[in-house]
Amino acid sequence: MKLTRRSFIGTTAAATLAAPYVHAGGHGRPKVVVIGGGAGGATAARYIAKDSKGEIDVTLVEPSRSYYTCFFSNLYLGGFRSLDSIAHSYGTLASAYGINVVHDWAVGIDRDARTVTLAGGTSLNYDRLILSPGIDFVDGSVPGWDVSTQNAMPHAYKAGSQTELLKAQIEAMPQGGTFAMVAPPNPYRCPPGPYERVSMIAHKLKAENPTAKILIVDPKEKFSKQALFEEGWNTNYAGMIERIGPDFGADKVSVDAGAMTVTIDGNVEKVDVCNVIPAMKAGRICEIAGITEGNWAPVNGHTMQSRIDENIHVLGDASAQGDMPKSGFSANSQAKVAAMAVRGALTGSKVFPAKFSNTCWSLIDTDNGVKVGATYQATDEKIAKVDGFVSQTGEDAALRKATYEESIGWYSGITSDMFG
Amino acid sequence: MTFVIVVGIASSSSADDIGNAEKGREIFQKCAACHQIGQDAKNRVGPHLNSLFGRAAGGVVDYTKYSKGMSRAGADGLKWDLASLDAYIENPKALVSDTRMNFRGIKDKTDRDDLLAFLRFYSDNPANIPEAQPTAIAPEVALAPEILAIVGDTEYGEYLSSECKTCHQSDGTDKGIPSITGWPVDDFVVAMHAYKIKIRPHPVMQLMAGRLSDEEIAALAAYFSEL
Ligand SMILES: Cc1cc2nc3c(=O)[nH]c(=O)nc-3n(C[C@H](O)[C@H](O)[C@H](O)COP(=O)(O)OP(=O)(O)OC[C@H]3O[C@@H](n4cnc5c(N)ncnc54)[C@H](O)[C@@H]3O)c2cc1C
Ligand code: HEC
Ligand code: HEC
Repeated sequence: MKLTRRSFIGTTAAATLAAPYVHAGGHGRPKVVVIGGGAGGATAARYIAKDSKGEIDVTLVEPSRSYYTCFFSNLYLGGFRSLDSIAHSYGTLASAYGINVVHDWAVGIDRDARTVTLAGGTSLNYDRLILSPGIDFVDGSVPGWDVSTQNAMPHAYKAGSQTELLKAQIEAMPQGGTFAMVAPPNPYRCPPGPYERVSMIAHKLKAENPTAKILIVDPKEKFSKQALFEEGWNTNYAGMIERIGPDFGADKVSVDAGAMTVTIDGNVEKVDVCNVIPAMKAGRICEIAGITEGNWAPVNGHTMQSRIDENIHVLGDASAQGDMPKSGFSANSQAKVAAMAVRGALTGSKVFPAKFSNTCWSLIDTDNGVKVGATYQATDEKIAKVDGFVSQTGEDAALRKATYEESIGWYSGITSDMFG
Repeated sequence: MTFVIVVGIASSSSADDIGNAEKGREIFQKCAACHQIGQDAKNRVGPHLNSLFGRAAGGVVDYTKYSKGMSRAGADGLKWDLASLDAYIENPKALVSDTRMNFRGIKDKTDRDDLLAFLRFYSDNPANIPEAQPTAIAPEVALAPEILAIVGDTEYGEYLSSECKTCHQSDGTDKGIPSITGWPVDDFVVAMHAYKIKIRPHPVMQLMAGRLSDEEIAALAAYFSEL
């Protein structure tokens, strides 16, 4: 049986999606505005433009002309990738997919009028709005740190100049100096990210500054792929890495960017480089739109629609969706579900049940890659995990190398899936 | 519906891309003094040679007589594949200088190719051993005819494929993850079912295939075959 593009598939379609095709003013092409050209936003814009074959007018709002992926930015710190190799531009999205790419910040959203205001003063109408603004930091989560001190104590949790700065600081460390990381509390973007970063920095220091120390101040009792990382640190970087958990006061941490000190439950440590990764929340524009509850924007997993405004879909790190980790892979996966739902609502194209998946690879040392992954499905309450796997400790070198090579294939795949 | 796992040697042209497996069976007589292969194969003077491709050198755990060089080569990351086996069989010492395998080697390239075709058949995932395009790979799972007969809905396949494209690129680029575009439908269906029933070992692909229905696999096969 072959169904036409405009019909709904009776058996599998989520009936909840069969909304009437309403769009702005009732004339012209329906309009979709996407805010944020990252893992979620770029993918959603591309899939809507590609699959609607011109039926939907897509505008992508993103301040930067180059998107530096956070994924593989740790590999840049470790010397496995150049900064250029993780930079991507929006040229193909505009030229090959007809997406109207606007380099500006969204600063206001009027949900009743369905308009977005940009910093430059432009106002954009939408029938559906997609928000994928990533994360911002929670003020005051690490006393002594705020965005005004981010150059003295970089977070490098949005990639680009921050990552470059952190690398330069590590290179300028005195022999035998101390690199400290203040790790974030849950939930945060890329659960294994801080620990992959420690591995990559250890790799670099082992070659360039072998007597240096790494201190992780971690408010969490446990962390992602912990057994794998700890095994890797013991075998590859013995004696270099120390982690202080909440049982030793790591949940009571403050910093002084002027004095370059980290105070852990009253004990002052002088350090040479300090990577502060504060607590996170949805990108500020979600708050401005009034669609957050607590720090995040709750969504319906079937469509990624905001639970507060069904004309808005929220993707990626900013969304509170259930079991999926905040990762680039997840954001990309969610974007495809949202793109399908938006097309279904605006043009009546077929809608299929949502499926999601995620895999996060981490590099521990040269050719020593590990991964964790799972599949998910939408239930009425949340996106729920179906099945998963994680690399094992003690795996042989050949498998670890294959895992690393696979991650390179994935990077190439996801970035062409995002940017065309 | 039933799965039949094929355990005979693929006859036809499929194995010809490396060599002739039937001729290889005869050449294996040179090895048989020391190695067993096939069902119930045991370690003898040398380790059994089942599941050789993709195995780390020195990787048979209950074979305790590996030379130091072989064990080290395995730890260094030497993996048995066409190239390394070809080299090892041509001249065992060229690859592992202190190897305990007391065998001169086979100088004739055609003979080695035939032997490799024979050995390859007894490996876990013949289809994953890169020697040719997927079209030339013998299907390792025989599926019930009604599964192969499902006509995939390409539009559904296109939606489902979006999940695959995070890793497998639509233009067939392979940078560490294999290309899956332009395959004959049957080969694709067979490969996916092989992951689904876990004959193929890869955990990501087992998860992906594990939750796809027969119709969904058919839809994906139809869609990707046309890319
Ligand atoms: C060190 C590190 C390593 C990581 N490694 C991995 C990994 O290996 N695998 C993986 O899957 N994930 C990884 N991640 C996580 C991944 O980067 C994020 O989860 C992913 O980027 C989230 O996608 P997003 O679309 O939600 O946000 P982003 O990709 O951050 O995109 C948000 C975009 O929105 C723009 N924006 C924000 N506000 C506005 C506004 N008001 N107006 C207009 N534009 C705006 C920003 O400029 C940005 O480009 C890693 C993250 C870090 C920090
Ligand atoms: C005289 C006995 C003998 C003969 C004949 C022989 N081998 Fe071996 N083979 C061995 C021994 C012993 C080892 C273990 C070598 C070592 O550890 O150095 C071995 C190892 C191997 C290995 C590596 C296995 C592993 O798991 O690491 C392969 C492959 C192999 N042989 C293939 C062959 C083939 C193919 C032939 C026939 C062309 C053959 N051998 C002939 C004794 C033999
Ligand atoms: C997370 C990354 C990832 C995703 C997503 C993914 N694959 Fe794969 N796929 C792989 C890897 C890695 C391999 C190689 C596996 C192996 O070594 O057996 C592979 C192998 C395959 C193969 C066999 C290739 C060969 O040469 O034998 C097929 C067919 C395939 N995938 C189809 C799919 C389909 C269809 C989907 C979507 C439903 C999908 N894959 C989703 C990573 C992925």
